[in-house]
Amino acid sequence: MADVNLFTILMDGIFVKNFLVIQFLGLCSFLGVTKATESAKGMSMAVVFVMVMASIAAFVINTYILRTFGLTFLTTIAYIIVIAFLVQLVEFVIRKNSPGLYRSLGIYLPLITTNCAILGVVVLNTRLEYTFVQSVVHGIAAGIGYTLVMLFLAAMREKAEVLKVPASIQGIPHAFFITTMYAMAFVNYFGVIPT
Amino acid sequence: MAKMTFSGEIIRGITKDNPILALVLGLCPLLACSTTLENAIGMSFAAWFVLFGSNILVSLLRKQIPPITRIPMFIIIICTFVTITDMVMEAYAPPLYDQLGIFVPLIVVNCIIIGRAEAYANKNNLKYSIADAIGIGIGFLIVLAILGFVRELFGTGGIALYGFEFNIPIEPITFMIVPGGAFMTIGILMAMTNYNNIRKQRKGVA
Repeated sequence: MADVNLFTILMDGIFVKNFLVIQFLGLCSFLGVTKATESAKGMSMAVVFVMVMASIAAFVINTYILRTFGLTFLTTIAYIIVIAFLVQLVEFVIRKNSPGLYRSLGIYLPLITTNCAILGVVVLNTRLEYTFVQSVVHGIAAGIGYTLVMLFLAAMREKAEVLKVPASIQGIPHAFFITTMYAMAFVNYFGVIPT
Repeated sequence: MAKMTFSGEIIRGITKDNPILALVLGLCPLLACSTTLENAIGMSFAAWFVLFGSNILVSLLRKQIPPITRIPMFIIIICTFVTITDMVMEAYAPPLYDQLGIFVPLIVVNCIIIGRAEAYANKNNLKYSIADAIGIGIGFLIVLAILGFVRELFGTGGIALYGFEFNIPIEPITFMIVPGGAFMTIGILMAMTNYNNIRKQRKGVA
């Protein structure tokens, strides 16, 4: 798989294999923080940063430590520790620089550690045997795709809040129905990139 | 608060604290692994095994784990069981392993498991933690199986489960297999649960 070109990886990550609506990664925070556009924006930025940094760190660890010493059975644990460390870093930075955002993200900020999207990126990088540059581009692409759908849904949910819907559909079921529409739109990208 | 019983805790995990419908946790494996009933069952058993193991270990070690480092400790415990599952599944059930793909290592970040470790196993003794793991596991299995069943039935026009097969005379609706169908089905399922709850509440008031 090492000869996939970078543009393909980029487009694949953003549209064809969008992390949220096609691969179903990172859905917990997706529904939690998309109630307002501001928190969706902040969350996406934090996730993009952690995703790219984790791709870099995971590649280095996988190639120079785990493979060299034959410790590949520790892959999952090593990745989770790297991600937890990065999230802690982001948390410090956000708390110091924008306390408002820190409060609005609340519990979801430390939970980036257990965001499947991030572990998903690094595990996919390893499984597909991407090189260093490819891993980083994949991380960026996944991040852009994530941000895109987060903002789409947050914008829609803000508008949808004033709509009159039956009480049983209000809230999470409604968000799922809106997501269905986006997922259908993204499905149309299937086959854009020949496999 | 009512007195805790072993069977009571199991039932609570299935109904009142259902991981998907009441707590809205663990959506990623739910939607990704429900394209067929077989995948859904495979996934829920893998998650169940990890939940079972982690609940037991966390409950046994709850007095030894210092509160300040508990989350990393939970993650390492969960990771151990996920690695075991990953290796066993790769060795003994390669087709299922291929189907579930990256969602096997991703059980580590399944919110249900860490959520139960934090909210339940860390505070309760071994007996109730086992009951909780069984209840939550069954709750997860039921929702996953319903979703898998509906999507496979309407998406392919029939069910194929471990050699057993039956077909219904309809044109397959491809929409149910693609991601959009998953979001729609879970949306409807949640709306139905809400409807039920609201109706019950009204009855209680009246």
